[in-house]
Amino acid sequence: MLENLDALLLARIQFAFTVSFHFFFPAFSIGLASYLAVLEGLWLKTGKSVYLDLFKYWLKIFAIAFAMGVVSGIVMSYQFGTNWAVFSDRAGPVIGPLMAYEVLTAFFLEAGFLGVMLFGMNKVGKRLHFAATLMVALGTFVSAFWILSVNSWMQTPTGYLVGANGQFLPGESWMEIIFNPSFPYRLVHTVMAAYLTTAFVVGAVGAWHLLKDRTNQHARTMFSMAMWMAAIVTPAQIFAGDMHGLNTLEHQPAKVMAMEGHYQSHPEGAPLILFGIPDSKAKTVRYAIEIPKASSLILKHDLNAPMAGLDTIPDDREPPVPVVFWSFRIMVGIGFAMLGIGMWSLWGRVRGTLYDLPWLHRAAVLMGPSGFAAVLAGWITTEVGRQPFVIYGLLRTADAASPLAAPAVAASLLAFVLVYFTVFGIGVWYILKLMGHAPHPGEKGVKRGDVGPIRTAGITPGPTQNPGGEDTLPSEAPPEREPA
Amino acid sequence: MDLTVVWAFIIAFAVFAYVVMDGFDLGIGILFPTFQAGRERDRAMNSIAPVWDGNETWLVLGGGGLFAAFPLAYAVILPATYPLIIAMLLGLVFRGVAFEYRWRDPGHQRFWDLAFTGGSLVAALAQGMTLGALLQGIDVVGRAYAGSWFDWLTPYTLLTGLGTVAGYALLGSTWLIWKLDGDEQAHARKLALRAGAATIVLMGAVSLYNVFLNAEYAERWLSAPEIYWVAPVPILTAIVALSMLRAILKERNSKPFWLGIALFFLGMSGLGVTIWPYAVPESVTIWEAAAPYRSQAFMLVGVALTMPLIIAYTVWAYWVFRGKVGHEGYH
Repeated sequence: MLENLDALLLARIQFAFTVSFHFFFPAFSIGLASYLAVLEGLWLKTGKSVYLDLFKYWLKIFAIAFAMGVVSGIVMSYQFGTNWAVFSDRAGPVIGPLMAYEVLTAFFLEAGFLGVMLFGMNKVGKRLHFAATLMVALGTFVSAFWILSVNSWMQTPTGYLVGANGQFLPGESWMEIIFNPSFPYRLVHTVMAAYLTTAFVVGAVGAWHLLKDRTNQHARTMFSMAMWMAAIVTPAQIFAGDMHGLNTLEHQPAKVMAMEGHYQSHPEGAPLILFGIPDSKAKTVRYAIEIPKASSLILKHDLNAPMAGLDTIPDDREPPVPVVFWSFRIMVGIGFAMLGIGMWSLWGRVRGTLYDLPWLHRAAVLMGPSGFAAVLAGWITTEVGRQPFVIYGLLRTADAASPLAAPAVAASLLAFVLVYFTVFGIGVWYILKLMGHAPHPGEKGVKRGDVGPIRTAGITPGPTQNPGGEDTLPSEAPPEREPA
Repeated sequence: MDLTVVWAFIIAFAVFAYVVMDGFDLGIGILFPTFQAGRERDRAMNSIAPVWDGNETWLVLGGGGLFAAFPLAYAVILPATYPLIIAMLLGLVFRGVAFEYRWRDPGHQRFWDLAFTGGSLVAALAQGMTLGALLQGIDVVGRAYAGSWFDWLTPYTLLTGLGTVAGYALLGSTWLIWKLDGDEQAHARKLALRAGAATIVLMGAVSLYNVFLNAEYAERWLSAPEIYWVAPVPILTAIVALSMLRAILKERNSKPFWLGIALFFLGMSGLGVTIWPYAVPESVTIWEAAAPYRSQAFMLVGVALTMPLIIAYTVWAYWVFRGKVGHEGYH
C-alpha cells in the first residue's frame, strides 16, 4: 500500500513538473505568434522597416521558444498513457477525440507553416509568407482552444454517460462536452494571460534597451506596443478572472473556499482574507488580515450573503488549502501590479513622456517574467484546487494512475528534472542573449549558416565564422536584402 | 462499415507517415557524426530544418489517435514500455532543441551536434524496441498491464531496435542523396549502401524470429491457404530491396529514397498481417480496445475534413524547399 502511495505521489510530481515547464512555452508562444503576425501585417501595410526589423528580431526568439514548446509538448501527449493509464482508459472516449482534433486542426497547422515562416520569406514572397505567419498564429490559438476544452471538461464534466466497463462515454451532443460550463471562462482567461505574458516580456526588452538608449526607435516601438497591451488587456483580464471565479463558485465551490481560506461557514457575510497562514489541521487561517464581509460582496454582490466553508465539505473531498490559498494570492497580486504598470504607462503617454520615465522602464524590466509567474500560479490554483479529483467529483487522482513500480517513476522523474533544467535552462539563456542584443535597422532573420553560392556573394559570412548571422555584424551593416 | 477497422487503418497510416518522415530526420541525426563539421553538417541539417517539426507531428497523431480511438491499447502499451517511451521522449527533446541551439551557440556546436545524434539514436532505438515489445506480447490482466517494468528488454526487442536504427539511417542517407550533390552526395551514397544492407539483413532476421516467436504468427505466414495470400509481401520486399540497392549504385537522384519508403511500406504491411486483428498481440483485439462508435464517428469527421488539407499544405511546404539544399540558401 505504502509503495503504491509513493508511486502515486511521484507520478503526480512528475506530471506537475512536466506540465508546468511545458506551460511556460505556449504561454509565451501563443502571444508571440500573434505579435509577429501583427508586426508583419503592419510592415506590409505601412512599409515601415522598423516593423520588419522587429519581426525578425522576435522571430529568432520565437524559433527557440517554439522548439522548446514542441519537444516538451510531445512529452505531455504521452504522459497520459505512461503515468495515468486508468484515467486514459476511462476518459479516452470523451477527451481523446478533443485531443485528436487539437492535433489535426492545430499542431499540423503550426508545424506545417512554421518552416515557411522561419526560412521561407525569400522563397514564397511577402504575401504568402504573411499567410504562413497567420496560420502559425491561428494554430497556437486553436491548440489552446482544444486543450483548454479538455482541461475544462476534467474540471466541470458534462455531456457524458458511464459505460458498463467504467468508461466515460460521449452522450448525445459533443457540444455539451466541448463547451462545458467552465470552458468559455477558462479559455478567455488563459488566452488573455498568454497575451499579457508576451506583452510584459516584449515590454521588458523594450524598456531594457530604452534604459541603455532612449532614442532607439525599435525599442520605443516595441515598448509602446507592449504598454498598450498592458493598459488595455490587464483590466479586461481582471474582469475575466472575476467572472471565471464566479463560475468556479457555481461549479467547484470547494476550490473557491480554499482560494479564500474559508475553513468555516459564514452565515452573515464572509470576510475577505488578504493574508494569513492557512492551517489545515486546526481548520483556521492564522494571523489573518481580513476585510469583514468583503468576500460576500465580491462573490455574491451582497455584504450579508451567507457563504459556506470547507466545514460543509467532507475531509476526503477537500483540496490542499495552503497551496491554493497562496498561489491564488500570487496570481492576483501580479495582476494588480500589471495594472499598475499599464496605468503608469498611460499617464506617461498622456504627458508625452513614455520614453523618458526611467523608473517606469526599470519597473517594466522587473515585471518582464511576471506573466510566467502569474500563469503558473493561476494554473496551480485551478489544478490543485480541484484535488483530490482528476475528473471533478467522478474520478479520484489516487485511482487514476498507471500500475507502475515506484523506482520506475522515480527514475523517470529524476531524468525529466535533470534534462529539463539543463536543456530548457540553456534555451532560456540563449533567448536572454538574443534579448540583450539591441534591436536595430537591418535586423537579420533566422540565419542558418547559409551554404552554397549565397556565401560567395559576399553578403553573409560563412557558417564557421558567424553561424548565428547577426552577432558580430556591426549595426551599420548593409540592410539584409528584402524579398523580391 | 466497421469504424474500428477504419480507425485501425488510420492509426497505421499515421504511424507509417511518422516512421518514414521522421525516420529520415532521425536517420540524418544517427549519421551526423560521419559528416564533416561545417558545410556538410550544415547542409544535412538545413535539408530537414524546415520540415522536421511537421514530420514529428505524425507521432503526436499516432499517440493521440491511439488514445482517442483505442484508449485501452494506449493505457496498456505505454505502461508496459514505460522506460522506452520516456527514453524516446527525452531523446526527442535533445534532438529537437539541437536544431535551434547549434546555430545559437557556435562555441558549443559540437556538443549540440552530439546531442542531435544521441537524441536521434535513442529515439530510434526506443521506437524499434517498443515495436518489438508489442510484437512479443504484453501481459494484461483485467484492463491493465500486469507485467514488470523490464519485460520489454529481450534479445528480440534489441534486434527490432537495431533494425529500426538501420532503417532510419537508410531513409536519412537516401534523402541526402536526393538533397545534396558533389562529394557530399557521394558520401551519402556510400552510407546508403551500408545502411541498406544492414536494413535488409535485420529485416530478414526479425521476420524469421517472428515466425519462431509465436505459433500463431508462424501459422499465419507459413500454412496453407494463408501463405498464398501473404507470400507476395516477402517477394515484393526482396524485389524492392534489390531495386533500391541498384538505384543507389546507378547513382539515381530521388529513386533510392522512394524505394526506401516502399521498403518500409512493405515491412509495415508485413507487421500488419502479423498483428491483425490485435491492438495488443494475444491480449486485446482492436474491437476490445476500441472507443465507442460515437467517439470514432466524431473523429472521423475531423479526419475527413482536415486530412486532405494537412496533406496539401505539407506537400506545399516540401515543395517550397525543393531541390538541392544550399544552392539557394535559407534566409
